[in-house]
Amino acid sequence: MNRADIGLLGLAASSILIAVAIAISMWRRLGLERQLLWAALRALVQLLIVGFALQLVVDEDDPLVFSFIWLVVMHVFAAYTTWQRARDVPSVFWLSLLAYSVSAMVTLGVLFGFGVYEVEGRTIVPLAGIVVGNSLSATVLVSRRLFDSGKERRNEIEGRLALGLSASEAFQPMLRESLRTALIPQIETTKAVGIIALPGAMVGLILAGVDPVDAVRVQISVMYLVLGSVATTTAVMSLGISRKMFTSSEQLIRRS
Amino acid sequence: MVGGYVAHVTAPATFELTDVVAGPADAPILKGITLSVPCDGILAVAGPSGSGKSTLLRLLNRLDDPVSGSITWDGRNIADWDPRELRRRVAMIFQSAPIFRGTVFDNFGVAQPGLSIERAHHVLDHVGMPRALLERPADQLSGGEAQRMSIARALLTEPKVLLADEPTAALDTASRRTIEDLARELAASGVPMVWITHDTAQLRRLADHAVVLVDGGVAAFGHLAELDAHDDPRVRELVGAPFGGDA
Repeated sequence: MNRADIGLLGLAASSILIAVAIAISMWRRLGLERQLLWAALRALVQLLIVGFALQLVVDEDDPLVFSFIWLVVMHVFAAYTTWQRARDVPSVFWLSLLAYSVSAMVTLGVLFGFGVYEVEGRTIVPLAGIVVGNSLSATVLVSRRLFDSGKERRNEIEGRLALGLSASEAFQPMLRESLRTALIPQIETTKAVGIIALPGAMVGLILAGVDPVDAVRVQISVMYLVLGSVATTTAVMSLGISRKMFTSSEQLIRRS
Repeated sequence: MVGGYVAHVTAPATFELTDVVAGPADAPILKGITLSVPCDGILAVAGPSGSGKSTLLRLLNRLDDPVSGSITWDGRNIADWDPRELRRRVAMIFQSAPIFRGTVFDNFGVAQPGLSIERAHHVLDHVGMPRALLERPADQLSGGEAQRMSIARALLTEPKVLLADEPTAALDTASRRTIEDLARELAASGVPMVWITHDTAQLRRLADHAVVLVDGGVAAFGHLAELDAHDDPRVRELVGAPFGGDA
């Protein structure tokens, strides 16, 4: 048996842990049994589907175009999810699609451009997945915060506009605060890595039998990728939203 | 147009509004007003809540644009001004003074980057605030001090006109009087003001002229003495005429 192959029996055995969680829920009357079961089953089915689908793109002889189609679908789905969580933010679907795409181009451009990873389905799809997956919640957070600050801090923004500042100057403090809010948790996670938690990619590689030091190198590149992608996505998103909040005459648009 | 005009303001106009409709396009608040804002003294804007006072003021420095009609300032359509340039010349103070992060000096720096301490002291003297307050965090100022700071900040742009949207509505009597004195001084020094107020006693203390808005139209406009003798008792009441609505 390959060390990475836990087999169906192994899978079944690990599901005992879900039974433990369900038992705790019943014991303490949390009422979460159905949700736990549903979440566990959903994760299983979703990941199995993804696993089979990935087989179509990660083999060396699979054409790269499959990977790119995967990338496009993933980005559209991420933009859709962002829209679902921040519906009232203007043009949030298109802006986030742009933000995820720019971020993927910048971050993957660096990793592939410098030959950190080879350009193949096996690397493109998982790395792009990391970019989008980690940027999503930060993007939603930045979108919501910026949009809400346009309403809640209207007086302050218009106070600056009234002094003759441009829209981007008047909105700069809010932009700065929301970008900091989005990035700080990521910075904290990066600082704590290895001390408080062993990151997923590294654990996966070690479980799959890779030498821990090699696994660490991969993990570090992944963490830098995450930091870079969260920063890029939120920066593009916040600039886009700022533009949507003002007219070309430097007026803050009133929204109900 | 609501009611009759009293149009004997002889001073040349600073703003000229012609058939201005403003507010949401499907439910405008200002319903076609025509008005000449005198270029000296204080023009008080009176009227019941929802009559369009703030809507009017926000048009004058282009925080909002009208749905239709034209507004000129200094003989030029305000839509042709760079909004930033216009707003530095047509300054505005708000009911709740916007407070920016940092000290009073930092707040001044937003209006005038690279400001010297001497200039900051000068402008503090101008609004009657102690120089020691310059290093005070702006969010620790009292309501009256914050409003005076916001006036000082606005003055740093060297405006030609000052718009005031009920700047003393949230202040105690003493602070209100200090701000009013400052307004009178500024007007006397050649900065005309457009001042919204709900307070008829304040209107009488401050105003050289008044415009009364009712239901999004100009109900009356003129010198106080003229408005005191206006036919419409609502107008007399809204300007606090000595005999109110009974004259």
